Amino acid sequence: MSTSAGDALVGLTAVQMAEAMAAGEITSVELTRAHLDRIAAVDGGRDADGVATGPGVHAFLHVRAEEALVDAAAVDAARAAGESLHPLAGVPIAVKDVMTTRGVTTTCGSRILRGWVPPYDATVVRNIKAARMVVLGKTNMDEFAMGSSTEHSAYGPTGNPWDLDRIPGGSGGGSSAALAAFQTPLATGTDTGGSIRQPAAVTGTVGVKPTYGAVSRYGIVAMASSLDQAGPCARTVLDTAMLHAVMATHDPMDSTSLPGPRPDVVAAARAGDVSGMRIGVVRELHGTGESGSGYQTGVLQRFDEAVEVLVDAGAKVVEVSCPSFTAALAAYYLIMPSEVSSNLARFDAMRYGLRVYPAGIDDPTTEQVMAATRAVGFGDEAKRRIILGAYALSSGYYDAYYGSAQKVRTLIQRDFAAAFEEADVLISPTSPTTAFRLGEKLDDPLSMYLQDVATIPANLAGIPGMSVPAGLADEDALPVGLQILAPANADDRLYRVGAVVEAALQRRWGGPLLDRIPALVEVNR
Amino acid sequence: MSAISREEVAHLASLARIDLSAVELDRLAGQLDVILGAVATVREVAGDDVPATSHPMPLTNVARPDEPRPGLAPAEALAAAPEAQEQRFRVPRILEED
Repeated sequence: MSTSAGDALVGLTAVQMAEAMAAGEITSVELTRAHLDRIAAVDGGRDADGVATGPGVHAFLHVRAEEALVDAAAVDAARAAGESLHPLAGVPIAVKDVMTTRGVTTTCGSRILRGWVPPYDATVVRNIKAARMVVLGKTNMDEFAMGSSTEHSAYGPTGNPWDLDRIPGGSGGGSSAALAAFQTPLATGTDTGGSIRQPAAVTGTVGVKPTYGAVSRYGIVAMASSLDQAGPCARTVLDTAMLHAVMATHDPMDSTSLPGPRPDVVAAARAGDVSGMRIGVVRELHGTGESGSGYQTGVLQRFDEAVEVLVDAGAKVVEVSCPSFTAALAAYYLIMPSEVSSNLARFDAMRYGLRVYPAGIDDPTTEQVMAATRAVGFGDEAKRRIILGAYALSSGYYDAYYGSAQKVRTLIQRDFAAAFEEADVLISPTSPTTAFRLGEKLDDPLSMYLQDVATIPANLAGIPGMSVPAGLADEDALPVGLQILAPANADDRLYRVGAVVEAALQRRWGGPLLDRIPALVEVNR
Repeated sequence: MSAISREEVAHLASLARIDLSAVELDRLAGQLDVILGAVATVREVAGDDVPATSHPMPLTNVARPDEPRPGLAPAEALAAAPEAQEQRFRVPRILEED
């Protein structure tokens, strides 16, 4: 049996859900149950080890069905008692499994953390709970957020709801697939090189990487600390803004948390005005520059359409050049693994997580146990990056590799600074291609890394970026994303532009892009 | 000439405390060689006059007030330990045999 989600409760936006609850038309329990039913219908099964089995989206690693209904009932009771509630209170949300959740398993998609139950909540999760949103469960991801396809999850890949044989993007493919499959209206993500924006692009959803330091990293398992940034994922620009506002708060528990107020992203999403705005098309990220050879035709066509839409809405479009972006990928794949090799050293089999004793050794040493545990606990991509990072940081190579990459990082920041003299925001395709087939790039890490070519400059510079749906590519009828980039602490500009693009394109299409997603076949869990 | 040898990969893996099988070593060495070949271009981009950037935001020496706060109870801290004994993490032996 096939299911159309569009006319059911799960087809509403988060804002519509919130309004319906405030008006007394629906309860959080009804809403939560509708989403749990949808998850049960389309997500598919997992075996005793948590590995995906049979058909299905496989977006969730863990569903907290009973607990979510208890939380929802408590919100309904509070509302009935006349308590003052956050606008998103009672709205369901899915949490990427890289964020610690007190009492709820957190695996980061890794075997080394199988079954780990953290004793504390990440600050992002605390914020979500303070707003009394209902956490449905934890979403699948590439191991420790390392990948562009979710295929590096130790618990099996997630399917793209547009075509289950294709990747949902990564690392946050579980969150984006759950949104596109109408299993949740909101989800969290983390973005080190594009892990929020690229999954949003290939699933026809919205995702934002905020300014570095806008959202606390406390309780988010670190991949590359100078690049990692958590952010919101949703199906509409306004829903994304609502969640952004919940997530982005100063946190004394994170020494890199930015002080001071955050821009009003919700007001910007509601305003949605670009008249007089200068919008820069980045030459090097648009198929005409040296790095552009890999851009798919349909991606560039949808991008050019989005540019037209912005011109029609009164924006002034200029071309800007950021020459050092051609070296961004190389710099990123030295800086990031270097930080990975350091951060993943904490998985030492001593205080939490997996412990494996090496076979054939009586009374092994701690170091032998560590090596045996990490051999079994880490997947291929984690091992590749740890060793690559160890190489880049080793004496004799440090200056040539890590040192040079840090200098490129300076050049990229300078390029952005110059570009933002000429333009208020920058735009490009989010990803050079639409969703590729599962398995297609698994044995060719470098071609997988090229997926990030347009998204990583923002991480290296710490600036905010959004991916918003730009339509379907003609050649494969799969979603294309438009990337919008703004200066640090000007996250509101992303929403101002994103809302205009969303509204204008939906007028052209006659409705949201996700109205055109093929119906998912129901599977029994 | 390859950027990284199989022996170097084996050495780095031992420093990173990861046991690699011979099959894994073969595969990883080939893949890392390709990746390193691609990223080696960073060496030719920036001149000596360009300073290094290690972090996107200019924050330094951020500290909270040094005040006692509640922490995890021993049972909570030890709950996920592979092995625990007498309110401590129990670990394999640390010293090599003589």
